[in-house]
Order: sequence, then structure tokens, then C-alpha cells
Amino acid sequence: MSVMKKILSTAAIAAAFTGSAAQAEDMRIALVVKALGIGFFEAAAKGAEEAAAELGDVEIIYTGPTDTTAEGQIEVINSLIAQGVDAIAISANDPDAVAPALARAMQRGITVISWDSGVAEEGRQMHLNPSSNPLIGNMIIKLAADHLPEGGQVAVLSASATATNQNIWIEEMNKVMGNYPGIEVVATVYGDDLADKSYREAQGLMQSYPDLDAIIAPTSVGIVAAAQAVADAGKAGEINVTGLGLPSEMAGAIESGASQSFAIWNPIDLGYSATMIAHALATGEATAEPGASIPMGRMGEVTLDDTNSGAMADPFVYDASNIADFVNIF
Amino acid sequence: MSHTDRIIPDRLQSPLQKNLKSWETLLLAVAIGIFIANSFASPYFLNAWNLSDATFNFTEKAMIAFAMALLIIAGEIDLSVASIIALASTAMGAVAQFDVSTLTIVLTGLAVGTACGAFNAVLVTVMGLPSIVVTIGTMSLFRGISYIVLGDQAYRGYPRDFAFFGQGYVWWVISFEFVLFLVLAVIYGILLHKTNFGRAVYAIGNNATGALFSGIRVGRVKFILFMLTGLMSGVAAVCLTSRLGSTRPSIGLGMELEVVTMVVLGGVNILGGSGSIPGVVIAAFVMGLVTFGLGLLNVPGIVMSIFIGALLIGVIALPRLWAMWRK
Repeated sequence: MSVMKKILSTAAIAAAFTGSAAQAEDMRIALVVKALGIGFFEAAAKGAEEAAAELGDVEIIYTGPTDTTAEGQIEVINSLIAQGVDAIAISANDPDAVAPALARAMQRGITVISWDSGVAEEGRQMHLNPSSNPLIGNMIIKLAADHLPEGGQVAVLSASATATNQNIWIEEMNKVMGNYPGIEVVATVYGDDLADKSYREAQGLMQSYPDLDAIIAPTSVGIVAAAQAVADAGKAGEINVTGLGLPSEMAGAIESGASQSFAIWNPIDLGYSATMIAHALATGEATAEPGASIPMGRMGEVTLDDTNSGAMADPFVYDASNIADFVNIF
Repeated sequence: MSHTDRIIPDRLQSPLQKNLKSWETLLLAVAIGIFIANSFASPYFLNAWNLSDATFNFTEKAMIAFAMALLIIAGEIDLSVASIIALASTAMGAVAQFDVSTLTIVLTGLAVGTACGAFNAVLVTVMGLPSIVVTIGTMSLFRGISYIVLGDQAYRGYPRDFAFFGQGYVWWVISFEFVLFLVLAVIYGILLHKTNFGRAVYAIGNNATGALFSGIRVGRVKFILFMLTGLMSGVAAVCLTSRLGSTRPSIGLGMELEVVTMVVLGGVNILGGSGSIPGVVIAAFVMGLVTFGLGLLNVPGIVMSIFIGALLIGVIALPRLWAMWRK
């Protein structure tokens, strides 16, 4: 019957697409992402493959739903449980909704960790944050200070005055100001994460502080707007715009010289570290418990806090030397 | 001259012939074919627990699909079902914060679902608006309310025994959801195929004006069908919320298209007038088996949607192509 033949052959094609099941002795680690076809996660998968090549006996299953729904991820998790994979490393669409399915995976002896976007504690053994608030706070001032060996004036262009993340980062930055003598924060202004308002606030800073050396924008909207304002004022090279931004949006600013460097987490390192941790936990080399240190290959070690979460590393610095590699990724 | 010596056949084909050529037989063959292909393609497929897990891929959608089948046969459609799930789930989450009993939570979900269905029904049957436009509108409206209530927050803290509806097992690997799916299949099968109400549904779908002049209360039947669809969305909301253990406004996003796909794959004419519940039941299995089988092979979700789309077009085009080839 032709229908039967059709279905059989389509299944055969599907099998050919994905490659056949791996050798039994390989450890299979599933990297579950929010949705397929997102540059950030494709880059993370690249990092996971790098880790697998380094470990040698690991097969990476890179998978996720078509759109960013919890239900889609649960279907994926169910099929991974059915295949009896050794570990699942997930960036969750919903911290609560996927927890029951992941708890069931753990009952069946599968190692479960979350990375990037976490899962409720009962649904994972540990969570890997890309960075931590103190590391980010230190990084944003360091980025400005590195290009000001003689010291100088810097201003902060934040998101809104009530933005929790930005306020914490600025607070953490203020704590470490003592390590950067000669650097003076002259003003903190708020662009509300709106491109036009951030642009005007950056213009205002340049007028109010003619000797300004750097603008720190710990927000991806603000940093782009500030870099544009600096370039438009013809001050590229004089005032360095830095902070947290996305390579795809900041490539122009790096090229024009309005920004010397900026930082954000590196998805390749994140996928690499998640795979290394999943491997270490699944083989029993490490145990996920508060205070434990888990090795992550070339990324060093992660130390877990009371909620079994840990921070991977400093935000990754992007400048003229490496931006071309990341501009198409995210 | 007596009337009795004139024979009027009540069917044109023998029952056996009719069954062999029917849509349901074709679908059943497809389902069996997929089952066999899956068992060959993946060593993990033939495992009671895995197959049990796989049923969750379609049970909630199928529950809505039963009511939706009746609605589509009657010539109407409801595209707001996934949004009704979101609103019913949000309402359940809201009452669960007050430490109420599990029964109260479930009844809240069912009541909100039915109320949403009634709202659609009023707009369609009383005001005479086209159902596709009305339900595209309420699709945004119902989910919009959930987003206003919850924003980026989630409702948690459902009572422990509430988890039974979406995570509980009745016996061994047979989940509560699967049993509910079978029971509802029987109920809807009887309703559509063995009752006057079911005959009225077909009559309305074939010729609403004719049905009206034949004494069928078209408005009332349609009203009931919309409420039933709302109620079934409420039932699905109970199961899905229980399975997820939490509510976010994005719950069930995009599910309406999968429900309609299931109904059409089941042989229901999208223009109304024909279709059967057994067809929808088999279509539910076909879709569940295809997504689970491809999932076991780690086929990316994007490729999976291509398979479902191709399957839908293929199964629908096949009888047409067969007829053309015979000529």
C-alpha cells in the first residue's frame, strides 16, 4: 500500500537526517534550548560540541521546540526521557512548568541541570548563571578604566531608575570603585531603555561634562543609542562608550571608534560549560550540593551557592579583534 | 397499489464495502504504518512507559477536538480554544491562591471555559456575526485578560491532589488523561452518531436554512456547540494546568491550530456537513505517534511541523489523486 510505503520511507528519511543512534558506550547529553533557530543557542550548541570533542566519549543531542513554549519543551523532555539520555542541560521557557517533567527525568536517573534561564529548584540539580551581579558590576567599570590609565570622568547611562538589574549592577560597581583610583563617576542618567530618550540623555551628558572620557551603559538599548550620539557629535575616539551590548548591534560602534570594547556573556562558553558540568555530574566526578566546586574544563570551576546555582565567569569582552566572529551570532 | 412492494435502498453500498473505502480505514492504515515504522526506527519506541508518556502529546488537544469536530460539522469554527485554556487556567490559579478545595478549582476552570464558549455563542448566534471573525477576536481578548492579570508572573501553589488530573495514573501506565480521552470519545461518538442532536448537527452543516425550515432550532444547537467547545477547553485547561503545575499567560499558545489540524485530518469537512468521531480519535493517535516517533529520532521541531503539514495535505489529497488516477 502506497501510504504505508510513504510513511516508512519518510521515517527512513527522518532517520537519515538525524544520523543513526550513537554507539552504546557514548554518554549522551541533551542540550535543550528555548527554541531552535536562535543565533544565541546555535552558538551555545557550538560550545557544547567543543566540550564533547574535548571529552571524547560524549554525543550531544541539540534539540528544542519550534517556538518558545513550555509545552513544546515538555514534549522534547518526554522524548529524551524515553531515549534514556544520560543528562539534560536546559535553558527553560518557564521555570515552573517544565519542573514536573524534569523531576520525572531525575527519578529515572537522568542528570538534569539548567543554564541561562533557570528551572525551579525541584526540577534540576543545579543552575549555571552566565555571570553574577558582582562580576558584572566590576566588569562595566573595568571596561572604562582599562582605556583611561591616567584616570578621568565617566558617566552612567542606565535603563529606568526602577530597573532592578541595572540598579544592582551600578551598586556593585560603586562597591569596587576603590580599585580604580582616578576614575570619577560624575553623573548617572536614565534613558528608560528607549532609543530616542537614551540618545538625548547621552547628548546632555556631553554638553554638561565637556571633559567626559567615557559613558557606561549597562543596557543593550542605551549603549547603542549613546554610541550613536557620540559618533554623531564627532567625538568618536574622544569619548569611549562601553557597558553591556549585543555584538550584532554594536559592530558599527566598534568600527566607528565610538566604542573601544563592551561585554556580554559568551554563548559558546555557556554551552561548553553546561556540557562539562553535565558530564561531571553524570559520571559522578562531582556532586551538585551547596558549596561544591564543579570543574568546567577551560572555563575553570563553578562554585554553588545555597540554591545550587553558580556563576560561570566574567562577562566576555568584545572589541575590534573578535567582534567579526560574533556579529552574526547574536 | 401498495407502497410496500417498492424497494428503496437505505444505503447504496454494503456495509463492508463502505467501511473498506472509508476515510477511517485509510487513517487507521496510516496509524498502523506509522506505529510499525516507529518500532523499526527507534529501539525506545516499544516500551509501555514511553508510549504512555507519548499519549500526553495529544490527549488534551483531542478532548477539544471532539467538540470542535461537532462545531465544524455544523459549519462553524472556534479559534479561541487555546486562549480559553489560558483564561480558565488563570482563573483556576487565582482561586487556588485562597486555599480552596481541588473540586472548587476544577469547577472554576470548567465554569470559565463554558462562560467563554457562551460569550462566543452570543456573538455568533444572537448577533449573527461570522464565527471565524468572532473567535479570532476573542482569541486575543481571552489571552489578553490573562496577560493583564499575570503579566510576567506565574500562579503556583496548586494543592497536591490537583496534580492527579495531569500527572496521575489510573492503573499501571494508563494515565487519568488517557482514560478521560477515551471516555469523552465514547460520549461524543454517541452524541454525534446516535442522537437526534447529532443528526441536527449534520443537517445544519449541510443546509442551515433547510434545517431551520425542517423545525431544527439552529441557533440553539449552535449555542450549545459553542458552549461544549468552551467546556472542553476548560477540561483541557484543568489537565494541562495540572500537568504543568503552574499557570502562565502563554499556556497552550498556538494549540488551536493543532486542534483544527486534528479535526480536519480526522476527515471532518472544513466546510461542514460531514465527518465522524472515530476519524478524529484515529487522527489524534496519528498526530501523537508522528510527533513522538520523530521526537525519539531527535528530529528538530521545525522539520516535525513540515511532516505534520505534509501528512495533512497528503492524506487529504490521496483520495482525490486516487480518483483522478482511476479515470
